[in-house]
Amino acid sequence: MLSPYIPIAIFVVVATGFALFTLVFSGLLHPEKYNKVKLEPYECGIEPLTDARDRYSIRYYLVAMLFVIFDVETVFMFPWAVIFDKLLLFGLIEMLVFIFILVVGYYYAWQKGALEWV
Amino acid sequence: MPPGISASDFYNILPELVLTSGALVVLIVDVLLPKERRGALAWVTLLAIGATLASLVPFRSTHVEVAQGLLAVDQFALFFKVVFLVAAAITVLMSVRYLEIEGASPGEYYFLILCATLGMMIMAGGIDLITIFIGLETMAVSFYILAGFIKPSHRSNEAAVKYFLLGAFSLGILLYGMSLMYGLSGTTNLRVMAAAFAGQETDARLVLAVILVVAGVGFKIAAVPFHMWAPDVYEGAPTPITAFLSVGSKAASFAMLIRIFLEGLPSMGHDWRLLFEALAIITMTVGNIAALTQSNVKRMLAYSSIAHAGYVLIGIVAGTSRGITATLVYLFIYAFMQLGAFAVIVGLRRADVAGEELKDFGGLHARNPFAAFAMLLFMLSLGGIPPTAGFMGKFWLFSAAIDAHYNWLAVIGVLNSAVSLYYYVRIVVFMYVKKEALGSEPATSPTLAVVLGVAVAATLVLGVYPRLLFELADASARTLGAAGVTTSLR
Repeated sequence: MLSPYIPIAIFVVVATGFALFTLVFSGLLHPEKYNKVKLEPYECGIEPLTDARDRYSIRYYLVAMLFVIFDVETVFMFPWAVIFDKLLLFGLIEMLVFIFILVVGYYYAWQKGALEWV
Repeated sequence: MPPGISASDFYNILPELVLTSGALVVLIVDVLLPKERRGALAWVTLLAIGATLASLVPFRSTHVEVAQGLLAVDQFALFFKVVFLVAAAITVLMSVRYLEIEGASPGEYYFLILCATLGMMIMAGGIDLITIFIGLETMAVSFYILAGFIKPSHRSNEAAVKYFLLGAFSLGILLYGMSLMYGLSGTTNLRVMAAAFAGQETDARLVLAVILVVAGVGFKIAAVPFHMWAPDVYEGAPTPITAFLSVGSKAASFAMLIRIFLEGLPSMGHDWRLLFEALAIITMTVGNIAALTQSNVKRMLAYSSIAHAGYVLIGIVAGTSRGITATLVYLFIYAFMQLGAFAVIVGLRRADVAGEELKDFGGLHARNPFAAFAMLLFMLSLGGIPPTAGFMGKFWLFSAAIDAHYNWLAVIGVLNSAVSLYYYVRIVVFMYVKKEALGSEPATSPTLAVVLGVAVAATLVLGVYPRLLFELADASARTLGAAGVTTSLR
């Protein structure tokens, strides 16, 4: 009755354990050398503390957004790869169509200058 | 090919494939064309819509399920697909001038219109919760971006953010309801689901699922009390997008509503009919009363569109084949009168004048008799005055209600139509009676003239000779449900 839930329980234990282990272990090991940059709340390539009315470039967010989009698309390829031996040529064509649509989007973003680091 | 998919499945989704290819072509042409020639994109878009309409022709009498029940290709879907494509084409024609005035680059604008249309087509054909949801998302995400397309305008930005936040929230509610439906039936296919629920006792969890799905769908059709986003979004969004949103998105959501409730949950008919009955009454009344005090015409039409969702719900509540026919007919007619009214507003838009306020319509008859006459016709049609198409639509909706013994629902509908005449006729008074020309000369453009001509012709012809439309809608309503199975219509 309960057996289907046992893997989930193990998963929860391992996940919690891993997080705790990483925190405690790195806390014990790491050298304690701090400087101003290291103590900043964000590492985003932009000066975090400036005048609130300053202008700042949003190029970082654009690149990050494009990265997330294409990263998420990659996720769709994993389940496809797992059952590829069953889908064969049909699956390959389907995936090529999917990638073609992605490439059109990529080409569009490229031509619109989204990849320029101005 | 893996089991469950055959080559004929790909043939059956030919219109969707054509539209997808068309959208991609628009995207590529956009970056290939030099900046000053981007105006030509509108024609590429129209070509894509035309090709899709042409590819619908071989499916005039097809009645099959694609990929073992992911999509249905039947006349019901076909009817809605024609409505979406015609609405998209009219929206594109309206946009040519509007984008010029706003100085916005067409760019992804036309691409997104095609994407939204694709989403609507999938919603109308979807008989599986997953397919319907993907169609809904494709449509909704396109509209979130389109609503905020005029980037320098604060109102446009506000519209986009409001629509996105509330839309995402309502989708969550809808999805929760759908997950309960799946959990209780073990399937996402609506037809299998109907069989699984048939003859079951009423389950409290299923009632909760119905309530959640009604709330989610209610948001999409802007039924009171889920309507708060509509006036702000309609007012802030670019006018052609407002038109497309109020026609296409609404029709697609009604198609989804009919599929989910009539195909998937006929056994819960008693419960959801009661909910929609209440929604219809509140929606009609609140929409019309709130529209009375608006001085911004776009906002007024937003409330009027809320009220119209209430009228259409009457057909759903009746639930007879006559009721569904009336729903289809009304959505078709509504598309033309609503798009036409927004086209007149686009015509009034000048570089320095918003053209959205009631006073901008002052003395329009003296400045542009044809635009004034068209607006008069659309207002009378929205109010339901013969010999316009709006009268025929309302007549069928109310008679379907009486036919199904919802007499007092029809009475409330008629009373509301009477109330609505006040604010429709107020525009007419501004146009014809006020002598002083307050606004500027409305600019005319060939594309806008075509839009107005088509809308006027449709409003008049369907008002005088509605028979063909009724027959088509009736045949479409009867194809609900799997081939060879008597439908769940009462």
